[in-house]
Amino acid sequence: MNLELQGITKRFGSLVANDHIDLSVTPGTIHALLGENGAGKTTLMNILYGLTQPDEGTILADGKPLTIHSPKDAIAAGIGMVHQHFMLVPVFTVAENVTLGDEETRALGLLDRRRMRRKVRELSERYGLRVDPDALTGDLPVGVQQRVEILKALVRDAQVLILDEPTAVLTPGETEDLFRIMRELRASGRAIVFISHKLKEVQAIADTITILRRGRVVGERPRHTSEDELAALMVGRSVQLRVAKTAAKPGRVMLDVRDLVVPGGHEGLPGAEHTAAVNGLSFRVRAGEILGVAGVQGNGQTELCEALMGLLPVTSGSVHLNDHDITNAAPAMRLRSGIGYIPEDRQQDGLVGSFPVSENLILDTYNRPPFASGPALNLGEIRATAERRVKEFDIRTQSISAPVETLSGGNQQKVILAREVGREVRLLLASQPTRGLDVGSIEFVHRRIIEERDKGVAVVLVSSELDEIYALSDRIAVMYEGRFTGFRPPDVPVEELGLLMAGIGGIGTPGDGAADSSERTPPGDSANAGPGSLEQPDSPERTSPGAVQPDGPGPPEQAPPGATGPPEPAEPAGSTERAGSTGAAGSDGDDPTVTVGKPT
Amino acid sequence: MTTLAATGRIPLSVSRRFLAPATLLVLGLVDILVFGKYAHHGDATFAFSQPFAKVTVPNLKVPAAETAYALGAATIVLAALRVMDLGKVVRRLSIGLALAFFVIALLCWAYGGSVNSFNVINQFQGTLADSIPLILGALAGCLCERSGVINIAIEGQLLIGAFAGAIFASAFGVLWLGLIAGSLAGGLIGLLLGVFAITYLVDQIILGVVLNVFVSGLTGYLYDKVLIPYSNTLNSPSTYLPIKIPLLGDIPIIGPVFFDSTLFLYITYVLIVAVQVGLFSTRWGLRVRAVGEHPAAADTVGISVKLTRYRNVILAGLVAGIGGAFLTIGSVGSFGKDMSSGKGYIALAAMIFGRWTPLGGVGAALLFGFTFELQSILSTVNVPVPSDFLLMVPYVATIIAVAGLVGQVRAPAADGQPYITS
Repeated sequence: MNLELQGITKRFGSLVANDHIDLSVTPGTIHALLGENGAGKTTLMNILYGLTQPDEGTILADGKPLTIHSPKDAIAAGIGMVHQHFMLVPVFTVAENVTLGDEETRALGLLDRRRMRRKVRELSERYGLRVDPDALTGDLPVGVQQRVEILKALVRDAQVLILDEPTAVLTPGETEDLFRIMRELRASGRAIVFISHKLKEVQAIADTITILRRGRVVGERPRHTSEDELAALMVGRSVQLRVAKTAAKPGRVMLDVRDLVVPGGHEGLPGAEHTAAVNGLSFRVRAGEILGVAGVQGNGQTELCEALMGLLPVTSGSVHLNDHDITNAAPAMRLRSGIGYIPEDRQQDGLVGSFPVSENLILDTYNRPPFASGPALNLGEIRATAERRVKEFDIRTQSISAPVETLSGGNQQKVILAREVGREVRLLLASQPTRGLDVGSIEFVHRRIIEERDKGVAVVLVSSELDEIYALSDRIAVMYEGRFTGFRPPDVPVEELGLLMAGIGGIGTPGDGAADSSERTPPGDSANAGPGSLEQPDSPERTSPGAVQPDGPGPPEQAPPGATGPPEPAEPAGSTERAGSTGAAGSDGDDPTVTVGKPT
Repeated sequence: MTTLAATGRIPLSVSRRFLAPATLLVLGLVDILVFGKYAHHGDATFAFSQPFAKVTVPNLKVPAAETAYALGAATIVLAALRVMDLGKVVRRLSIGLALAFFVIALLCWAYGGSVNSFNVINQFQGTLADSIPLILGALAGCLCERSGVINIAIEGQLLIGAFAGAIFASAFGVLWLGLIAGSLAGGLIGLLLGVFAITYLVDQIILGVVLNVFVSGLTGYLYDKVLIPYSNTLNSPSTYLPIKIPLLGDIPIIGPVFFDSTLFLYITYVLIVAVQVGLFSTRWGLRVRAVGEHPAAADTVGISVKLTRYRNVILAGLVAGIGGAFLTIGSVGSFGKDMSSGKGYIALAAMIFGRWTPLGGVGAALLFGFTFELQSILSTVNVPVPSDFLLMVPYVATIIAVAGLVGQVRAPAADGQPYITS
């Protein structure tokens, strides 16, 4: 089906989300829609899927006008959509989710589960989307859930498939797998619309790239367009994709975490309340270095940060900041002792949306001089500080008394950054600091984080964006199911990180075994420290991104990942991941924190 | 890599682990130290047939004190077993057995040395009758909450069903008209709940309470102003008489309990099956549950969230209304002020106790019905316990059940959350 959008316009109040957009999608191609957050990509696709009605414009299918008032119409027209936030019922089986709305029934509306199952199985075999129809959807790894979403569209015989930011939740391995599926679907003659803001992915998979900026189409390019050109089109000016940084000069140990265990229970799935989200982590961060914590979302990163900030109780283990035990200190104490915190969800945890910018800038220090004298706020000083910081951090706001919720995401993040590094900070905890930000703001935030490092602040950077991890980290730790599966230098190949993120390899590898044991030995006893070791020699060579690795068991010895082969999470119920994890369990056997967790 | 992946859970915390054995131990000690020790000398008699039954089963006589001692000892053994944690089946069984032992020991104490016998058939027959409004209320709760709307208004639906049932059956002299009117009245409250919860996004808990107060006030006012002055015409309906099902009704023990009752019990049977099968084995149920768990997912595959919710909320009202009608025309006849007396809330508790499943709710409702009936039978014998305390029994049982035994339950994920589309 040849799908054509003509002059689509959608306004939300005074904001023009889509401004006369023309787009043409041809069968058998992958068409990327590239743009920053807020460029109008999702709005456009929601219009195409009937979730939003356009103010102007027409949609043509094979030249004939198409009216889409609801997802039902879109489905009938052969349009399928895989949403960024999965539209799957976690407590349903895969077969139930796939056939929902299009169920197989017998008399009286009784479900014919056998036929539902068969349908799913047939489809999944035809397109190499392996998944067990009887598995409970909520138990599946994210990558497999995404397959279920794709199957949902295919079962309705979608000829045009919209994928909204499909790679945001995937490991590199899973992304590769998704690309394979996309190519297969393309070969079957379907049209795929691939929404993304990641340049590399777009270049890797798309046949045609349409770039959106502020609701307008600003260009259409073939796949071989350079990254710089695409970035410039996206942002509207040339941008520095990777912030320059010098080698780190690590100083004394600032943060020392030992055998940290933090209870879970955030997920809301049955059983989640009994699992530990952070399960025996030990690591150190030195002044003047950035430890990047990579990993797919939901592997305990959130809980780690919240525990370090004192927002979650710690089951066992200890946290020392600058040689002071802060394991059970209150958040206010931690702020005072010099932790800066950029929370993952800035609107929820970082800002008070209805407060003005000026007050949001002093949320942490409002009760101390110079902002307070006794019980009274020193409004003059608050205003003066706000003016200064707004200028210094280039916060774009109408005034310092504008409610912070009226600012764009990037500027909101700058408010948080300005506040958190505005006081004396020893440790900066940055969790997903650039999520949802445009390329320009990302550049700014990255530069400030590196500046803080160079001032001698220890930085823990938690990010699920590998680009960000590579751009900033002096050391990389990969988190999987509440543990670090390994520490790596910043020039580790992305494939290896991907395996670690999927829980494959890691602790089992020789180099890491050393690292793992050294994690549990007292400080100073680091004779067998490898590149993944906790105790880093103070040699500078490792810390510059481009530097050669002269010592230790380097990449050649990382054989196991290679031997295991590429991650194949396609197994029903994600058994490969499980296999990887059970393999690792052997090395954990003597870990006291694990035996606590074992059913007796 | 760890228990995270391997088993997905770690055992219950220590306090929680010893809570259940400790409870069992206390029950066992009460069996022995209270019921056994203070039982009158002599036998307790249990009767298993009603007078004039075609087939009779002989009465059972047991020595009261000795039986209570034995049951107490058995309960303590269960407590010990429970400490060892022998799996789910043993866990469930141990609680059930301990409660059964407790009740039998209680009866031994109450009837020991008495000339009266405790009629088991009457107890179970009464249990079923007392459970009807609770079961229908719990089914109504399931229907409503599975689609994602919290239904606190079951109480009001029962009350208005009772009210309408009495008036219509009395005024027209036609019983089934009362049944239909009661059901429709409940449905009307459901519609109100729907309009405010689904269309106007009012907080559903507050809304439910408001509706209950509204119904209580309305029926109370009309009762004073209309039903009392005209009680002969408007508030003196006849009641449904028991219908004995041929053959099945003659089976000893089972027959009189399950197959010799009013139309309401048979309607309840049908509705239990219909709701259970409907929710879990039909297309309709799959869609309802999808709407209750993840409305956006349902919406994106073309299922109307609002329509589904409206339909279910009204259906729930209709079902609860039947339960309300039972209170008058299925049971005592005339309407009395606030006669639902918290049964709607108990039904709600039964639904939660039953983990939002129809069958689970039915089980819980039967448990509560059993305590209601036990209390009313005990109040007729000379038990040295003030009747006020006996009246508390069903409610205390509700609290213990919900707080102690239910533990962690999971409501439908979108329960109580309005669905707003842009």
